[in-house]
Amino acid sequence: MSTDTVTPLDEHRYVLNMGPQHPSTHGVLRVILEMEGEYVMNPQPVLGYGHRMHEKMAESRSWPNFLPNAARMDYLAALIYNHGYVGVIERLAGIEATPRAEYIRVITSEMNRLQSHLLWLGVLVLDLGAFTPIMYTFEDREKLIDILEDVTGSRLTYCYMRVGGVVRDIDDKFISRTREYIDWQRSRMPMYENLVTGNIIFRKRVEDIGEFTPDLARRYGLTGPCLRATGIPYDIRRAEPYSVYPEFDFDIPTETAGDCMAAYKVRFREIEQSLRILEQALDKLPDGPVMAKLPKKIKLPAGDATYTVESPRGELLYHLTADGSDVPYRMKIRVPSFSNLSVLPEICSGMLLSDLCACMGSLDLVIPEIDR
Amino acid sequence: MTFLPPELLRILVTVVCAIVIVFGNAVVMGYLERKFAGRFQRRPGPMEVGFHGILQLAVDGVKLVGKQLVIPRHADPVLYRIAPIISFAPSIMPMLVIPFSPKLQGRDFDVGLIFILAVVSLNVLAILIAGWSSNNKYSLLGAMRSVAQNVAYEIPMLLTLMSVILVTGTFSLRGIVEAQTNGIWFVFIMPVAFIIFFAATLAETNRAPFDLPEAESELTAGFMTEFSGMGFSLFFMAEYTYMFIACSLTVILFLGGWQGPPLPFAEYSSALWFFLKVYVLLILMIWIRWTFPRVRFDQLLNFCWKYLVPFALVHLMITAVVLKL
Repeated sequence: MSTDTVTPLDEHRYVLNMGPQHPSTHGVLRVILEMEGEYVMNPQPVLGYGHRMHEKMAESRSWPNFLPNAARMDYLAALIYNHGYVGVIERLAGIEATPRAEYIRVITSEMNRLQSHLLWLGVLVLDLGAFTPIMYTFEDREKLIDILEDVTGSRLTYCYMRVGGVVRDIDDKFISRTREYIDWQRSRMPMYENLVTGNIIFRKRVEDIGEFTPDLARRYGLTGPCLRATGIPYDIRRAEPYSVYPEFDFDIPTETAGDCMAAYKVRFREIEQSLRILEQALDKLPDGPVMAKLPKKIKLPAGDATYTVESPRGELLYHLTADGSDVPYRMKIRVPSFSNLSVLPEICSGMLLSDLCACMGSLDLVIPEIDR
Repeated sequence: MTFLPPELLRILVTVVCAIVIVFGNAVVMGYLERKFAGRFQRRPGPMEVGFHGILQLAVDGVKLVGKQLVIPRHADPVLYRIAPIISFAPSIMPMLVIPFSPKLQGRDFDVGLIFILAVVSLNVLAILIAGWSSNNKYSLLGAMRSVAQNVAYEIPMLLTLMSVILVTGTFSLRGIVEAQTNGIWFVFIMPVAFIIFFAATLAETNRAPFDLPEAESELTAGFMTEFSGMGFSLFFMAEYTYMFIACSLTVILFLGGWQGPPLPFAEYSSALWFFLKVYVLLILMIWIRWTFPRVRFDQLLNFCWKYLVPFALVHLMITAVVLKL
C-alpha cells in the first residue's frame, strides 16, 4: 500500500474494523473506527459489499421486468418500494389505478411499515443487550406477515402491485384478520411501554445519545423518523400526498430532542398512527375492480417523472427518464438509509463504542437498500 | 479401603465431589438457562434430545469436545492455551471450603471467606490473558473492560462483607452460618448490604446487565471471541461455576446457609436447603439477564463508585457504631 493514501495515526489510537460481519451492523456494512481506548474518534462507513446495480438493471430491461427488483432493495419495506415504482410508471404513462386498488395499496403498505417498525423495535433493544423484546415483536410481526402472505403469496420480498392496480383482490377473511390484528397490536403496546420505554437502563442508554439539530439534518438530507425527531414534521404522506393518503386522518409524531430516545418515541408512536390509517382504510374500502382497463402493452412516452413515497426509513424517490422505448433511459432511486447513514461520522465522533451501536440501531439502517 | 489413611481418603472424596459439583452445576445451569430463556421468550427452549431436551447439554458437550481448537495466526499460543485453564481450575477450589451442611464440608478454614475471594479473583487474570493472547482487538477491549469492572466491584463487595464480619467476628464460613441461627438471617438485619452484595456479585460474575466483557452486540463475544471447542466451553463452565460460588457466598453470608425447616438426618440432608437457596438466586440471575438491556461502561463504573461504594461505606460505619453501642 502506498504511503500517501494512509494517514499515520496519532499515538494511542488504533483502527477497529467493525464489520462486514458484526452482530450489530445488521448486514454487510463495514465501519472503520479510529479508536482511542473505548472512544470512537472517526467512524467511516464503507459501502458496496451488497451492491447489485439495481439502477443499471432498471435501465437495461423493459420496465415491467424491473418490478421484482424493487422489492429486493429494502427487504423490510418491499411493498412500499413496489408502490413507488408502479407510481412513477403510472405518472409518466398517465395511468390511474382504480380506487379500490389505491386503498389496497395503502393498506398493504401500512402493514409493511408496521412490520418494519416492529422489527426495528426488537433489533434496537437487542443492540442494547436485551434479548427478549425481539421475540415479542417477532410474534406480532409473524401475524402481519401471515396475513400478507395470504394475499400476496410471499412473506418478505413482495411483488404485489402492478401498473394500474394490484394482482389479487383482498377478501373478507383478510379484512377480518387485519381487524383482529389491529386490536391485538393495540393491546400489546402497553407491554412494550413497560418493558422497553419505561426501563431505566434503556432510557439511560439512549437519552442524549447521537443528537442532531434540524440544521444538521437538513445539511445531510436526513429524512424519516430521524428528521421528525428533531422537530420537523416532514412526512411525504402529508408533505406531498400520494395515493389516497389525503383521505385519512392521522398525525405526524414529532419530538424536539433529536437524540436516539426522540427517534425511538417517534417510531413508537408511528405504530399507532399506522394502525389508525389501517382502520380507516378498511372502513372506507370502496368496491370495484382492482385492476384498471389497460391496453395489453403500455408504451412509455418520452419524458421525466418523479414519484416519492414515505418508506419506514424516510423519503424514497423514484426518478424515471424515458426516451420513448420500452427500456427506461435513466432510473434514479433516492433511498433514505443512504443519507441517514452519511450522518454517522458527524454525530458519532467521540462517543463510546456502545453508543455507536445504539446510534446505528436508532438510524434503522437496511444495508441492501444503501448499496442497491 | 482400610489401606488408605483416613485423611488421604477424605481429600480424595472431597476433590471428586468438588469436581462432580462443578460439572453437574454447569450442566444443570446450562439447561436451566436455556429453558428459562425460552420460557421468557414464549418459546419452549431445547426439546429435541431426550425428554424436554434434558440431554441437550450432554450432546453439546460431545460436540464441543470434538471441535478443533483453532489458534489464530499471530496469537500467543502458550498463553492462548493456558487462559481457559487458568479461568477454570481455580473455580473448583472454593468448593472445598463451602459448607453445604453441618457435616458436608471439605475443610473448615479459619479464613475460608478470604480464601474464596482470593481464589476467585484469579479469573480476572485469565480473562486478561485470553484477551491479550487472542490477538484480536475485540477480545482486548473485552478484557480491559473486565479488569476495570472487577477491580471496581470488588470494593463494595468487600465493604459489605466487612459489615457481616463485624457481626460474626469470624472468617470461617461455618462460623458465619452458625451465627445466623433461629431464622435471624443477616438479610433481615442488613437488607441494604444484601442488595449491594448481590449487585456487586452480578458484576463480578460478568452477568447481564453487567456483562460488558462479553457484550455480543458490541464486541461480538468479548474476550472469548477467538476461542472454540473446549477452550470456549471451559470459559463457559467457569462462568457458571463462578455464579454458583457467588450465589453460595450470598446464601452463606445473608440467607443462613443450610438452615431451614428441620429434615431427617439434618447433619447431611440440610444441604438440600442450601442448594435450594442457591438455585433460587441463580434463577433470579437468569431472570435478570433475559429482561434488562446492558448498561454502558461509564454508567457501570459510575454506579459502582457513586452509589455502591458510598452506601457500603456508610453501612459499614453504621454497623460498627451499632455494635459498639
